[in-house]
Amino acid sequence: MSILETEVRTRRDEAEKRPEVVNDFSIVAATPNGSGSQTANLVLIRAIFKMGIPVNGKNLFPSNIQGLPTWYTIRVSKDGYIARRDTTEVLVAFNENTAVADLAALPTGGVCIYPEEWTFERARDDVIYYAVPVKDLLKQAGTDPKMKDKFANMVYVGALAELLGIDLGEIRGALSHHFGGREKLVEPNFRVITLAAEWVRENLPKQDPYRLEPMNATEGLVLIDGNTAGALGAIFGGVSVVSWYPITPSTSLVDALRKYLPKLRTDGDGRATYSVIQAEDELAAIGIVLGAGWAGARAMTSTSGPGISLMTEFSGMGFFAEIPGVIWDIQRMGPSTGLPTRVSQGDVLKVYFLGHGDTRHVCLLPGSVAECFEFGYTAFDLAERLQTPVFVLSDLDLGMNLWMTKPFDYPDRPMDRGKVLSAEDVARLGGFKRFEDVDGDGIGYRTLPGTDHPLAAYFTRGTGHNEEAVYSEDPHDWEQNMKRLQRKHETARKLVPKPVVDRRDGARFGIISYGSADPAVQEARDRLRARGIESDYLRVRALPLEGTTREFVGEHERVYVVELNQDGQMRELIQLHVPEHAARLVSVNHCDGLPLTAKFLTDSILREEQS
Amino acid sequence: MATVVTKGRAPAPKTNLIGLEKADYRGRPSTLCAGCGHDSISSQIMAVAFELSLRPSRIIKMSGIGCSSKSPAYFLSRAHGFNALHGRMPSVTTGASLANRGLLPIGVSGDGDTGSIGLGQFKHMLRRNVPMVYIIENNGVYGLTKGQFSATADVGQKLKYAGLNELPPIDLCLEALVGGCGFIARSFAGDAKQVRELLKAAINYRGTAVLDIISPCVTFNNAEDSTKSYPYGKEHEEQIQEISFVQKREEIRVDYEPGTVKEVELHDGSVIVLHKLDKDYDPTDQMAAFRLLREAEEKQEFITGLIYIDESRGTIHDVEHLTDTPLAHLDEATLRPPREALDKVMAEFA
Repeated sequence: MSILETEVRTRRDEAEKRPEVVNDFSIVAATPNGSGSQTANLVLIRAIFKMGIPVNGKNLFPSNIQGLPTWYTIRVSKDGYIARRDTTEVLVAFNENTAVADLAALPTGGVCIYPEEWTFERARDDVIYYAVPVKDLLKQAGTDPKMKDKFANMVYVGALAELLGIDLGEIRGALSHHFGGREKLVEPNFRVITLAAEWVRENLPKQDPYRLEPMNATEGLVLIDGNTAGALGAIFGGVSVVSWYPITPSTSLVDALRKYLPKLRTDGDGRATYSVIQAEDELAAIGIVLGAGWAGARAMTSTSGPGISLMTEFSGMGFFAEIPGVIWDIQRMGPSTGLPTRVSQGDVLKVYFLGHGDTRHVCLLPGSVAECFEFGYTAFDLAERLQTPVFVLSDLDLGMNLWMTKPFDYPDRPMDRGKVLSAEDVARLGGFKRFEDVDGDGIGYRTLPGTDHPLAAYFTRGTGHNEEAVYSEDPHDWEQNMKRLQRKHETARKLVPKPVVDRRDGARFGIISYGSADPAVQEARDRLRARGIESDYLRVRALPLEGTTREFVGEHERVYVVELNQDGQMRELIQLHVPEHAARLVSVNHCDGLPLTAKFLTDSILREEQS
Repeated sequence: MATVVTKGRAPAPKTNLIGLEKADYRGRPSTLCAGCGHDSISSQIMAVAFELSLRPSRIIKMSGIGCSSKSPAYFLSRAHGFNALHGRMPSVTTGASLANRGLLPIGVSGDGDTGSIGLGQFKHMLRRNVPMVYIIENNGVYGLTKGQFSATADVGQKLKYAGLNELPPIDLCLEALVGGCGFIARSFAGDAKQVRELLKAAINYRGTAVLDIISPCVTFNNAEDSTKSYPYGKEHEEQIQEISFVQKREEIRVDYEPGTVKEVELHDGSVIVLHKLDKDYDPTDQMAAFRLLREAEEKQEFITGLIYIDESRGTIHDVEHLTDTPLAHLDEATLRPPREALDKVMAEFA
């Protein structure tokens, strides 16, 4: 089955009358996983981006190393929309196993590019076919036969360049960028691309309306994935201890840490001012993080659903023993092993309450790669200020796909290392009580192990304790401690990033969303506006929820809560937060493993509005 | 008010090289059962820390969950402590040690904590050679949950509530040996002198030092047929309530010469055989250590002493090429790369 959705077909004669479609369509490359098509796709997207055309790439890949189908979609949008689209007009059918279904998914007038040597039935007469002699072109290019699968992908790069009008100079530049300037790798790939482009120019007259034209809409922007952005944010937030266990789709975040930490955090003697430990499992990964956080280092881990489940016990301990640490959850589709390579926002409810007993965590919800960077360092400030684990809930779409963004802003404030007493402080105060609420914000003062004063030490435990951190089963001690933790959560409410609100005159209803749902919401609001329906929009950026969300719900008779999970988890949290308006909150949830589209959202909201 | 009568003059309190008294190494009062071997080990830790003039603030006391893991509260109150999760002390200690390489972690675990739920973390910590003293207070039984077998219990052993143990024990010294640990010792809680000497050596070892100390449980490791077990003839329900009554017992103490064998009768009337290593035993031969442990297991003896030592391996600090300054002490200028560095990275993505 193809992953591309079909659209109601119009008659062929209508298709042929269509005018040119410039910089507003999608391309999909269907290839077998592990065939090296990622290079081809990244080169394409970068070349288009460098032509100044707004672009977004999404890799819909299988949980497999080699062989299963993968689809890479590139959306070009002169208007700057970057959400996934339901329809993809240009198909590169390079996977024989899915070609029939991929062809069936094309809209009328769509384009199908496929290898000429296939015995491929042109089952539809309302699409335009381009058959490219992949084998012959590779032979002509003199490529290593052992590498034929990899170079075959360059044939479709060349074909698309010629058919759509992608600048070959930009393609060469993108190849050079991809291979880090290594000419030895750039040259053979580019040779195949140019041969394919020439062959198409001479043999295949252009029949389709899709075309790319240079624009000036990406100047000054960069193209980066959320996991790299998050890793850079952590590095500029002073991360010193990283411990992790490999899991899709979080692995590339740690890959980026391992790439940039040696460059950015090696001291004058060539020694590391950081440590990255691949743990034996996620239990150990978070244990290492909490041990390091307790001892005073900024420590983090990165994981996904199953890893989060394994981190549950330690998360509860971190909350209760009040230890800073940062945990990235690059959400993928659950329950259980679920769909490891597909996106979801299904961990929101679980992570907020992660742990047994009355546990609540601070969660940050980045909605863009820029916020992945910003929250990368903000998370450490919050964790140390609040002395608690802070979770950053990103997802596979945001984390692993390429997004256009302005270059990230350097942190605009010094690090907040929180309430830490030195030996001198302890001497001056004549001692301290670890969990005494001196300032009324629920946050006690801590000392770091190694603080050299007879009264500096305290005992950290997950068991019941009094203000002095001494074991206690006294009901009063327990109650007071939990009440203080509640006060601390109220303090967190004030410190976490506030929601972003966009109001429009004459708004009929409100929309709330978060994370990677944002681009589709923005596009859907414009589509609704085109139909004369205005909406207000609030994007949640953190848990606990605070007054802005409460007010926003209070202002609207209907609020659509848009998210990528089945249960409407954020809606449930908002209902708990604003129980008096619980019935106003309508869940618009999308949960099939694919990123949200504006079409789905617009249709869903229109349906609700008309009912 | 009663008058305290002393014979002669009270001696001035003795101080060690850094001017601290023994009292400066004390902990809170123990809540373990009277006569528990674990308290004896705590006493030796305090004595050794005093003797070696260790600065308490340099030490971190680490533990998991269980009777043994409670004990760090009962020594060295002037050192930070971390009573972690069941079986997870190794990972927390690894993190703390990476964050501050100047700290001296002394970890206390039990046979359940290390041999069952924490076996994976134990072995991976050894693999990383995290510098720490790792003490296992080994009694072959789960005390806090009222007497289940642990993975180090002898095959064929009977317990009042758990019945007959039909599975072979895991020998944690053998596990350490196979895991590449460079300091492996075994002792008996009642052998104060040997425990002290091994502790001193372990503290001075650079890497993970494993000290498996047989520490009999005075309450729950009492054989069903033992004459010293809780009285028979009561209904099962009553017996469960009876658990809250813990007989006061004397701690078992032993003192024996190297190269000799000593039979020790435990609280439940059972006997264990301790075999103190000869003075001419060569603890640097890994294969010999392996043979020694396997043969002792077959003879149902416990070999005591320093079983294996290898000082050649680097620690995790070496492997990670860590800078000398503890990571936790780095200033913001070191932690946060400059603005130009961000600009340069951003240019890569343009």
